[in-house]
Amino acid sequence: MGNIKSVCNALKYLGAKPVIAKSPSDVKGEKIIIPGVGAFGKGMNNLKPFIPKIRETLTSSIPLLGICLGLEMFFEGSEESPRTKGLELMKGKVIRIGTKLRLPHIGWNSLEIRKRACPLFQDIDNGYAYFIHSYHALPEEDVLAATTNYGCKINASVWKENIFGTQFHPEKSGALGLQVLKNFLEL
Amino acid sequence: MLCHRIIPCLDCDLAFPEGRVVKGIEFKQIRYAGIPWQLAEKYYEDGADEIVFLDITASHERRETMTHVIEKTSENVFVPLTVGGGIRSIEDARKVFNAGADKISINTAAIKNPIIVNRLARYFGSQACVVAIDAKRRYVTGPEEANDKIVIKTPEGLCWFECSIYGGRKFTGVDAIRWAMEVEERGAGEILLTSMDKDGTKEGYDIPLTEAINDRVSIPVIASGGCGASEHISEVFQKTQVSAALAASIFHYGTYSIKEVKEFLAIKGIAVRLG
Repeated sequence: MGNIKSVCNALKYLGAKPVIAKSPSDVKGEKIIIPGVGAFGKGMNNLKPFIPKIRETLTSSIPLLGICLGLEMFFEGSEESPRTKGLELMKGKVIRIGTKLRLPHIGWNSLEIRKRACPLFQDIDNGYAYFIHSYHALPEEDVLAATTNYGCKINASVWKENIFGTQFHPEKSGALGLQVLKNFLEL
Repeated sequence: MLCHRIIPCLDCDLAFPEGRVVKGIEFKQIRYAGIPWQLAEKYYEDGADEIVFLDITASHERRETMTHVIEKTSENVFVPLTVGGGIRSIEDARKVFNAGADKISINTAAIKNPIIVNRLARYFGSQACVVAIDAKRRYVTGPEEANDKIVIKTPEGLCWFECSIYGGRKFTGVDAIRWAMEVEERGAGEILLTSMDKDGTKEGYDIPLTEAINDRVSIPVIASGGCGASEHISEVFQKTQVSAALAASIFHYGTYSIKEVKEFLAIKGIAVRLG
């Protein structure tokens, strides 16, 4: 899930020209997206060569979007891979979802937008987005932009200046998801 | 609140250049229903929550046709796509993921070599790894006759459920209920559960089978086989806790559109994604 191909397809559908960065020198676009695949530890390991480039977004104004695991990696660490440090772009850590319901949390769940000013959610009313995950971020700063409910409150989106994250998959969330990506592209 | 998912299934015969969607009756007789990517686009626009593609030919030579079908579909369809049929290795799986699939579904390879479930889950994540189980009722007079198998009471009598492989052509002696519990342990993220007794009959889902497996695993289960009307979908959601219902012929032959089914479910008070 969250595979790069799906994200590229959605971006192309919206008229953008995504480039898949194979090395840090490929990262010279106007915007950066980190799609999420697999476990936290492996994800951070794959991301290693790109970490300086990504951390630059803290001081530049280049919009950065993390999807699913991409969002999770913004934080300091994850219960999923306790020995691996995250990107530390946001304070807080990633924990296993504390619900009595089935995990993974798979399917379409209703978004509750918490920060109406968040540019990702322009022209979007609360609607349904596609989730597929067992972990979610617990921020220790005021970055929560949207939540959903699955027997407990789940972090659905974070926003801090030019850094955005969605725990759901906009590239797999039909018209709502395409609007989220369009909003990101228009930043 | 999490919605119940409605999933159209495209059984694909890949002997044709672009593939053909077909529908069998009790895994045998075949009718043609259309071109896979065209049907997929129609279902996406009509509100499908996910789409499943099953390669019923499941031969290596035709794997490229499936890759093409998925590539073409994923350009315009923005809901999760699951691909199953003939996936035997990490390499087979990688090809369909690279084509744009979000999940793979395995049955035969998993039964023959269960460790592949662990490998696929570790490699691509549990969320991308669906195990399909094709189960057939085996009636018994009592548990002692079933030899260690888990026996379930159904309105038609006591039975256990046997796993079948190769698209229903071969029986394995494997207890479907125990197998479901095992694949969860091995890292499967979802179970796609098809009743071979009900498939193609349009009589409704096998409720005792669905309930028996759903109650014994903690990963999401997709009910499949037997859907012939909207009432069958509401029945499976009301009588069991399954996460999703899969259907084929009611959508292919225009009996109901996905939107009509969802509107019907919403009236019944079942949480679905509309609009």
